[in-house]
Amino acid sequence: MSDEAAPLLEARGVAKHYGPVVALRSADLSIAAGEVHALLGANGAGKSTLVKCLTGVIRPDAGTVSLGGRPTRARSPMHSARRGLSPVFQDPALVPDLTVAQNLRLTGSSIDKVRSQLAAMNLKVGFGELVGDLPLPILRMLDLARALTYDPQLLILDEITAALPSDLAARVFDVMEQRRDAGRSVLFITHRLAEVIASCDRATILRDGRHVGTMVPREGGEAQIVEIMLGPEAAHAEAKASERAEAELPAAEGQAPATKADDVLEVEDIHVGAVQGISFALRRGEVLGLAALEGQGQDELFEALAGQRKLESGELRVAGKAFRPRHPYDAVRRKVVLVPPDRLLALLPQRSVRENVAAPRYNSPLRWGPINMREEGRSVRRAVDALGIDMRASRQVRRLSGGNQQKVTIARWLAFGFAALLCNDPTRGIDVGTKRQVYALIRELATDGGAILFFSSELAEFPLVCDRVLAIYGGRVTAEFAGAAADEATLLRAMHGLELDEEAVA
Amino acid sequence: MTTVPADVVEFRGAAPWRRALRLHGWTIAVWLVLLAMVPYWRSLSQQDFKFDVQALAIDAMPLCFAAMAQAVVVISGGIDLSIGSLMAVINVLSAREMVDMSFRQALAFSLLLILLAALASGFTGLIITLTRIPDIVVTLGMLFVWQGVALWIMEIPGGGVPLDFSNLALGNVGSTSIPNAAAVVLVAWLVLWLPIRWLRPGLAIYAVGSSRNSAYLSGIGVTRTRVGAYLLAGCFTGLGGLALSASSGIGDPNSGTTYTLNSVAAVVLGGVSLLGGVGGLIGVIAAAYVLTMSKIVLLLRGTDPNYANVYQGVLIILVVVVGGLLTRKTRT
Repeated sequence: MSDEAAPLLEARGVAKHYGPVVALRSADLSIAAGEVHALLGANGAGKSTLVKCLTGVIRPDAGTVSLGGRPTRARSPMHSARRGLSPVFQDPALVPDLTVAQNLRLTGSSIDKVRSQLAAMNLKVGFGELVGDLPLPILRMLDLARALTYDPQLLILDEITAALPSDLAARVFDVMEQRRDAGRSVLFITHRLAEVIASCDRATILRDGRHVGTMVPREGGEAQIVEIMLGPEAAHAEAKASERAEAELPAAEGQAPATKADDVLEVEDIHVGAVQGISFALRRGEVLGLAALEGQGQDELFEALAGQRKLESGELRVAGKAFRPRHPYDAVRRKVVLVPPDRLLALLPQRSVRENVAAPRYNSPLRWGPINMREEGRSVRRAVDALGIDMRASRQVRRLSGGNQQKVTIARWLAFGFAALLCNDPTRGIDVGTKRQVYALIRELATDGGAILFFSSELAEFPLVCDRVLAIYGGRVTAEFAGAAADEATLLRAMHGLELDEEAVA
Repeated sequence: MTTVPADVVEFRGAAPWRRALRLHGWTIAVWLVLLAMVPYWRSLSQQDFKFDVQALAIDAMPLCFAAMAQAVVVISGGIDLSIGSLMAVINVLSAREMVDMSFRQALAFSLLLILLAALASGFTGLIITLTRIPDIVVTLGMLFVWQGVALWIMEIPGGGVPLDFSNLALGNVGSTSIPNAAAVVLVAWLVLWLPIRWLRPGLAIYAVGSSRNSAYLSGIGVTRTRVGAYLLAGCFTGLGGLALSASSGIGDPNSGTTYTLNSVAAVVLGGVSLLGGVGGLIGVIAAAYVLTMSKIVLLLRGTDPNYANVYQGVLIILVVVVGGLLTRKTRT
């Protein structure tokens, strides 16, 4: 780090806790004028909390922030905007029931300036539109355009690219570059390391609410970022985990050839929504992966299997008997259970971990009488222990971190018992450490005789977790691989419906 | 390095007329319902039109103000259950003090009472925002407080107001046949709401009701705005209490009881979403007239007043269900 010029923004030892939950222990951040700076870290590392502290959305408990060499204390988002800090938050700061023009008047932004900023990004939006009618990516771009009209010293982009299609994301990177050329700074928060390496000058990495490193991504590359992010112990553990996963895979494959009796869930030529005739059998003791791009029918497939959607045609069988669920209750009763991609869909956010885990036990309206609290407590505790759920904030599930919430959705079915576990992107938006635990858990459940259907948006997970992988494209199965053969390149080709090399197909 | 993709991304929403219909459709519909009721109302009545219109306007005036007060609070994302009883407080206070006043004194005293009601309501808003107790709980408590205060000021109906003051509700504008009672509501809307509605404070009220978080991130003082909404609602509530005094000529500590829930009914019927951020006062005024007229119609038909409430309740649910279905259809 060069010490010649005072940095534009310097944060030292910023800390914030909510009751017993520490969101930020001691974060340091130093941003020079005219640089694009990345802020990285796993989920729950404290990135968003730090941004909120810098912009005055929340008040930090400790630490100092100085802007241009002078200590400051941001009192409100507007207050910090006047000092040259313009944030684009993770959730759009646009009021849904007002029109775009009204929203701009609300913040005192110049409509003409916003329009010209949008034009510079080659975007056109009707200013008479109700904000609630606009799609999320457009709202992010509007928020960005509004922030740019202040010509901020420091533009803060909190996971702006997460919701953007690539053509809009490209416009954001262009804006970042223009800011740098104009001698302004950008703080860029993202999970996508490739974006960091392509467009950021330096990166600060947080772990567990602490500053653990600042580096130049172009020099260190992805490997160094991950190493710093995971920390020395974790990196070691990760190596071990992948070793174990590799060691385990041949064992999983080396089982006796599956027979018809092992089929837990049979899917025969089903059509539903984008699904155009998919057939497969999910066997006892296996993890069957589904690899697909967005919108290839996988969501409808999961919904149909979980009883949320009616089949248009085709047949389902569970343990050899016909299975026609009309309601999730039917599916749960046959022990075909779903872990949905959005955790909050499955959870009762205001209730305790215990109630969330125990919920399916009481799903029959005909079940009356007292609840066996001791037995319930035992089975919940078993599941909680097995998954290592952090019970510090267990009174209300909504206060748990994303990873812990996801574990609760799985723990529920662990306690209830299942024949087929349908995991629709179970690791979406959770941190690396928890992901590892989820992989290990899924493998363990399969070894114990469970049958697991596994969809993921992260291709690297398939060889780690799955025994077999089906690639789906255009609502059809295009290829089947052995888990070990499902490397990223092969999967990608199959997911795009491309022809495959003979030997890659199992 | 990256360059801006050359193709322009344009977002086109619904056609302008469709959007206008979505934004104002409900308001227009309530006015149409009101107009549609007129022929039936006329066919039942024996009186001449001018007299009937005047009676309707006088009857509707206190509810109009109560509903406007409720609408402002509901748009800001709250709900005020104390409106009716605060109206009663203003009613008895004015009737007790104005008995021997001249018209001018009565007018000046009215302004004082409006200010008082605004402060009382603003105080409620302050309690809500500072303690973060839900609106419904605090205003329910205030409902009982004001009820007690009204009884404390005046135990049994009594008092009075100057004749000229009564005339503000009962007379006509000049020599026209426009009832004062309707004109006063219009003036209050023009003076108190319209300027605020189109300036930042009004936008802020809508913003806070629509999404508190987005409003905060947009730099709106959320607490200030919510208290402001209660203050403004207090002005309308004060006007409502005075309307009771002027139209009835006396003070009655129990006069406000029906207005709280009726104001909620008018707000819902008038197209204001109970979730906040949606709707306007024009529709709510029409809804207050619809409710009043339906009561008169049922009375003219000779329906037992006890059953009349059943019809009114069914009407409210029907209109809201149909309206809800229609707006949902146009949403997608």
